[in-house]
Amino acid sequence: MWSPTQPIVAMKDVKKSYGDFDVLKGISMDIMKGEVVCIIGPSGSGKSTLIRCINALNDIQHGSITVEGQEVHDPGLDKRILRRKVGMVFQQYNLFPHKTALQNIMMAPVKVLKEPRAEVEERARALLKKVRLEGKENSYPGELSGGQQQRVAIARSLAMRPDIMLFDEVTAALDPETVKEVLVTIKELAADGMTCILVTHEMGFAKEVADKVYFTDRGLIVEEGHPSEIFTNPKDPRTKAFLSQIL
Amino acid sequence: MAVLLPLRAAPQMDGFSLTSWLANIKWWQIGLLLLIWPVHAFAQGAVTVNDALAVLYKWAPFLVLNGFLFNVLISVLSMALGTGLGVLVGLTLISKWYALRLIGNTGTAFFRNAPWLVLLFVVLLAFPFEFTIFGMRVPFPGWIKAVIGLSLPVAANIAIVVRGAIQSVPSAQWEAAESLSFTRIQTLWQIIIPQCIKRMIPPWMNWYAILTMATPLCSILGTEEMVTLTRQAMEAEGNKPEFLMPFYGFVLVLFFLYCYPIAKLTVRLERKFAVKL
Repeated sequence: MWSPTQPIVAMKDVKKSYGDFDVLKGISMDIMKGEVVCIIGPSGSGKSTLIRCINALNDIQHGSITVEGQEVHDPGLDKRILRRKVGMVFQQYNLFPHKTALQNIMMAPVKVLKEPRAEVEERARALLKKVRLEGKENSYPGELSGGQQQRVAIARSLAMRPDIMLFDEVTAALDPETVKEVLVTIKELAADGMTCILVTHEMGFAKEVADKVYFTDRGLIVEEGHPSEIFTNPKDPRTKAFLSQIL
Repeated sequence: MAVLLPLRAAPQMDGFSLTSWLANIKWWQIGLLLLIWPVHAFAQGAVTVNDALAVLYKWAPFLVLNGFLFNVLISVLSMALGTGLGVLVGLTLISKWYALRLIGNTGTAFFRNAPWLVLLFVVLLAFPFEFTIFGMRVPFPGWIKAVIGLSLPVAANIAIVVRGAIQSVPSAQWEAAESLSFTRIQTLWQIIIPQCIKRMIPPWMNWYAILTMATPLCSILGTEEMVTLTRQAMEAEGNKPEFLMPFYGFVLVLFFLYCYPIAKLTVRLERKFAVKL
């Protein structure tokens, strides 16, 4: 039985390949409840694949991933139960374009969790307020800016009351001026004690908010530690090279 | 080979070009056509234009009410059956199970590439003319067989339309739904299909127009639809060759008047939805 003193997400020697191409070559990490973890690294280093394995959007060929003690890649596992615990936000928002902001948020709790509509609606409105989108309840995704859409997407995931939130380069498709509003939302979530796992290129954000930073390169974790260590005193030459390029 | 590239890149026609062609006909072209054909037909006839038109005028209400409306009925029922069947088959085409996909693909390929007339004959001959249910004799008339026969190729083509529309929705929508714990069925009906239903309407209407134009095929099965009745009317009037052009011309005009607005609307919706997406 899992207890909160154990890692909420534990990866052990996770390997994955697409054909001959090894994307993940043995990744291990332990993430505790309430931690904010940033995964950084050059493109193609397997960051997105890694995060997508946590809610079983991608499968793995070797190793183990547990979420709250439950093996994610156990063939007998009902992935839908796992995914209720793990919310995910995507780079391209992926809102449902035929539904309003409010409907986007309400859909999963009503249809999947079968919760009463009135209760869900109250929660959805509160979530929209939380992501500072009051008044946008009836707007369709096409009528919202990228930053607004992304915040609706965050609210949509939160409506399922997950224990863990995964963010897959959520600001990469945004205009620079709207990046901040999304990062503020995530920062508030982190401050509320949500376990957050982010793949990001926002080094400033990682430095400020993360409890732990993992630097990945070519399918391996090269270096890990508190952001103050990684960013100010990187040990591995690859980390140094990467940081000198982007900072 | 590089030379073949433009050929391979050409979009699948699916008969859509027919609707476009029909919708592109201008009103003055139709007028011109109507002016020309009687002149040509009566150039060396014993019966005058007025005689022939008077006979047609007498028969017209009967031909429209008993004939053409029956064609419309057959087309509507075939379309309803074909659409229902087509959606089901379309779903097998995107199934996760290989066996189901294989069955769906084989059936679709078969019915899309079989001549409609041959399908009609097969259905006509494959079913008895009546059924006995609980000792009761239930007749199974030819026109119902025609509805079934016509619905088969329609279903196969609608299946392709459904598959195409579903596949046109970005896979990211599936992933978003999956990560929110929706089941596959829920995702399909509540997230994917509502997004692509608009895209299905123009090709669906196009197939309806094609189907309507194919309903005279039923006359070969003895169904008393427009063409059959037209032939019978001409026989009743003594089978004069001078009647051929006005009578069949009348059939042509009726079908045109029915299908032309559909074709126009299809092209308009196609443009509208193409911009909106």
